[in-house]
Amino acid sequence: MFIFIKIIQILIIPVLSPLGIGLVRKIKAHFQNRKGASVFQPYRDLWKLFHKDEIISKDASWIFKIAPFIVFTVTLAVAVSIPIFSTVFSDFFVSDILYIVYLLSFGTFFLALAGLDSGSPFGGFGSSREMTLSALAEGGFIFSLLVLVLISKFTNLFAISGFIAASYGQFILPILLAFIGFFIVLLAETAHYPFDNPATHLELTMIHEAMILEYSGKRLALMEWASANKFLIFISLGANLFFPWGITGDGGFVSILVSLLIYLIKILFFYSVIAVVESSIAKFRFFRLPDLLVVAFILDIIAISLIK
Amino acid sequence: MIEFITSFNGFVLLFLLLIIGATGSLVFRKHDSWANYWNSFFSIISSLWGLIFSVFVFIGSRNLFFSFKNPFFSIFNISFSVDSLAAFFIFVISLIALFCSIYGIGYLKHFYKKYDIGFFGFFYNLFIVGMLLVVTASNGIFFLIAWEIMSVCSYFLVVYDHHDINNVKAGFLYLVMTHIGTSFIIIAFLLLYKFTGSFEYESIRSASLFIPVYIKNLVFLSAFIGFGIKAGVIPFHIWLPSAHPAAPSHVSGLMSGVMIKVGIYMMIRFFLYLLQPIPAWWGLVLLIIGSISAVLGVLYALTEHDIKRLLAYHSIENIGIILLGLGGSLTFLSLGYPNLSLLSLTAALFHTINHAIFKSLLFLSAGSVINQTHTRNMEKYGGLIKYMPQTAIFFLIGSMAISALPPFNGFFSEWLTFQSLFQGIALLDYTAKWIFVISAGALAFTGGLALACFVKAFGLTFLARPRSKEVFLAKESSFSLRFGMGALAILSLLFGIFSGYVSSIIKKIGQDLGLTYNNFSFSNISFHQDLSINNFSFVSGSKVFVLLLGIFVVVWVIIRYIINKNQKITRGDTWDCGTNLKPRMEITATGFARSIITIFKKVLKPSIQQEIEYHDVDSRYLTKSRKVILTVSDIPQDYFYDPFAKIIVIFSRYVANIQSGNINTYILYIFITLLGLLFFVK
Amino acid sequence: MFKFFYKIFFASNNIIPIVNSDLEYSELIVLGKEIQNKIKKLFRGSLAIRQIDAGSDNACEQELVALSNSFYDVERFGIHFVASPRHADMLLVTGPVTRNMAEALKKAYQATPTPKIVVALGDDAITGGIFKDSYAVVGAVDKVIPVNYQIPGDPPSPKVILCSLLDILNDFENK
Repeated sequence: MFIFIKIIQILIIPVLSPLGIGLVRKIKAHFQNRKGASVFQPYRDLWKLFHKDEIISKDASWIFKIAPFIVFTVTLAVAVSIPIFSTVFSDFFVSDILYIVYLLSFGTFFLALAGLDSGSPFGGFGSSREMTLSALAEGGFIFSLLVLVLISKFTNLFAISGFIAASYGQFILPILLAFIGFFIVLLAETAHYPFDNPATHLELTMIHEAMILEYSGKRLALMEWASANKFLIFISLGANLFFPWGITGDGGFVSILVSLLIYLIKILFFYSVIAVVESSIAKFRFFRLPDLLVVAFILDIIAISLIK
Repeated sequence: MIEFITSFNGFVLLFLLLIIGATGSLVFRKHDSWANYWNSFFSIISSLWGLIFSVFVFIGSRNLFFSFKNPFFSIFNISFSVDSLAAFFIFVISLIALFCSIYGIGYLKHFYKKYDIGFFGFFYNLFIVGMLLVVTASNGIFFLIAWEIMSVCSYFLVVYDHHDINNVKAGFLYLVMTHIGTSFIIIAFLLLYKFTGSFEYESIRSASLFIPVYIKNLVFLSAFIGFGIKAGVIPFHIWLPSAHPAAPSHVSGLMSGVMIKVGIYMMIRFFLYLLQPIPAWWGLVLLIIGSISAVLGVLYALTEHDIKRLLAYHSIENIGIILLGLGGSLTFLSLGYPNLSLLSLTAALFHTINHAIFKSLLFLSAGSVINQTHTRNMEKYGGLIKYMPQTAIFFLIGSMAISALPPFNGFFSEWLTFQSLFQGIALLDYTAKWIFVISAGALAFTGGLALACFVKAFGLTFLARPRSKEVFLAKESSFSLRFGMGALAILSLLFGIFSGYVSSIIKKIGQDLGLTYNNFSFSNISFHQDLSINNFSFVSGSKVFVLLLGIFVVVWVIIRYIINKNQKITRGDTWDCGTNLKPRMEITATGFARSIITIFKKVLKPSIQQEIEYHDVDSRYLTKSRKVILTVSDIPQDYFYDPFAKIIVIFSRYVANIQSGNINTYILYIFITLLGLLFFVK
Repeated sequence: MFKFFYKIFFASNNIIPIVNSDLEYSELIVLGKEIQNKIKKLFRGSLAIRQIDAGSDNACEQELVALSNSFYDVERFGIHFVASPRHADMLLVTGPVTRNMAEALKKAYQATPTPKIVVALGDDAITGGIFKDSYAVVGAVDKVIPVNYQIPGDPPSPKVILCSLLDILNDFENK
């Protein structure tokens, strides 16, 4: 039974993430009065890309070749360490908030280097913009999780979700404020509106897309899958740390199924909200984005002052 | 054997080897290579001996104390004290000196026939002697002599490459600033002498309860300014970005990795050892200045495109982070949480040794690049990864370590610093709590900005296409350079994986300083295999490393060999939308950071100036050439030092009128003085 | 804001269904060897198209833009347009190849990874159209890069383009 749970925890995020991307695209298509591709289309895209050949630039070095593997590995390593549907992993892997933040930065580091590596001007300014936003978003990210740490007096993610599930009532205002800050950081780090348009073709408006313009074949598939994974990781963190009901402690078969179901409902809700947000607002001008990230940081500080 | 090694003879051997190396190097002045090998050999041997000595002092856990009473001046005894804190710093100094000296064997070959290697060896070895004396001195005056030796020898090393006038100017600024610092330290020691009657550390410590509080505050301010100038905290840092790049690269590594930590060592010695008990606001001041140093250091680093100046500003940032740990330690101790004070001190000391390792690694790699391309300007680099592949890997490891990416060592010391700040936010009230919140925010932002800066530094130096002709002539460095860099890179990874063991050893230092556990404790801190603060948080270096490596191998195998067996990879040109892509179209160092500079324009005050030359001056329609000058203003320089210097110059002009050159005026002065004396002596 | 959402949810669906009988709308011309079935199967579920304007008069581009609207909705067949030839499976070239764009077209072709399909869209791309034999034009697309399929028309209507694309993939089902 334990093995079964471990396998699900390891596989659930890479398996579900393309479905999430398909869902967001489907909802956006319906907002545009179209039918859109099916929700399983990203799986077909990935499968096709894995079976295509690749062309690698002559100017690129081994960093370009190895970066997609590293970025994907990092998302898997983080996926294993976050609370999804059960707490049986709490002693097994490392699951500290700073570890998660800096491990995701590891992925961003190599992504930015890969963008610089081929010498294309698009990759260069994509890396520059990505590092600017990532540097500013990290403060908001750490602080929104810090609010939860101060409420629950743990920095282990599983312990935090357990504590907050039990004592939601007295801390509801700081948790909600911290959640708004976290949501802004989620949009920034996963390259969605208002920070970045994931479906743009204009290189001057790209941030994340610009860094992967040079990739093809299986490496492109890994990069796209890794960014889908990162999206699902952030949504899972938001769902399971700020609204942590439904995470089981024991390993009984029925309770696992129930908690999986609750988890799926929560992330479905999050995906829908983000798709609605994407269809309703426009992308901000680049130099307005730091203001938004500082707003996230300030909301977290207000939340800290409201604790106790 | 422990007895022999940790006896006085063992201690003296440390200095003896270095002094032999120094004098021998002068003797062999005429033969460049003999001088080089002689002084490198002795500094390597003495560093190895220093490592063994410090490890044995630690294992034996005895505090060594040697003192020679001076029959003539009773205030000036030569006394040494090697307790675990001093042993730790001897370990750090020896470790970095070992690898920098190995690197120096190959590096100095570029200076043959241009400069005098004999003098270099002399000052290099004396510099290390000076640092070792500073951390083991136990008498104020002896300490000041050792401090002077260290500063003067490093001055000569900074101006070693004196054909370039900028280096000489940088050295002069360094000399002036370090002596201003020394004068503040002398004030501190004199105040202590007046109120405790002795320069000996032991006597000062036992008498510290009787020093009035306002004197302690004055001592704190002057000691902080004095040691802060040496450590390079903002606003006393102005010598650091010019002096560290001017020195030869392995000396830069030694100065940046070790010498500025000696300032931190003396702060620990003063505030945690000599002057206990202390008021709480000292720690808060350290926290605020640490936060300012950290954030401003990394912002100025982002504006730089001289690779060594960029690394120098990062040293300022990391000193800020160490001060965050130290400030937390002082605050917790004054407010009565000795076990949290222990945690913060462990974080500060762990970050000290980590920064020493990865900063010297970065300076050594930068030196290896500068040697081959003969320029420090990052705008002329690019594509070096194909010409210097091993240097690229070592610089990459250094960049990952300094940006606090797991599983390298920088992550674990920043993790410990964060934990101590979080504990402070959770436990304290009012002002102290909000200062801790601001410090945690500053630390979070510097982590992100440092990552951006090192993407720029590594990416623009090593990746993409070469931006100048010199890159095509670059070759990989010789073996001794690669050995020095490689050993430091491996150490960086090992200190990360075994961070638990290292932290438990460092925790012992804090316990020896007197910060012991309390019976009631908020959290039980144990660092045996992993870093864990029970009931609060837990992280493990070895598990992280194994996890990442394991998943990487699994993913690689599955994708390369199972899913993607039949696909081909061809090499083509970079996709450039059909234009002709030239190296000038890649992103530049200036352009990379311009977004961040524009975002922080209130702090950095960037400015753009344009000079345009027209074909026809009257019609001004067709331009012939256009020059754009982008600058960033230096706030401490413009608002603090320049006005201060102006006031001093104005004041000096007035005072200069006394020396009028007219002999009659001088006789008048003598006459007035005699009259005055007659009046008062009556 | 809420009026906006109300309008969206209650707007009628006006998408055009494509059935097998619409095969006759396809005006596909196969040039040279047809693409192997193995490759077509690879692209049947997901086709990434990179559109290259080699000097056209924008008529074909307007029709291509119409492909992404809510009437024709090419995305429901798994076909989408991408930003870089490195990501693309099919190059859709419009316009007679002007002298300035010849080199760029060749580079785009070399930058696309195999297996790839090249389609020339519109009469201008197939024969040079009304710009044939002009001094500024190199000629038809197949003088510059090897072309697999051609879709004639000046410009072809979106339904023709859509049915021809589905014909390339032999993918006519009731969608």
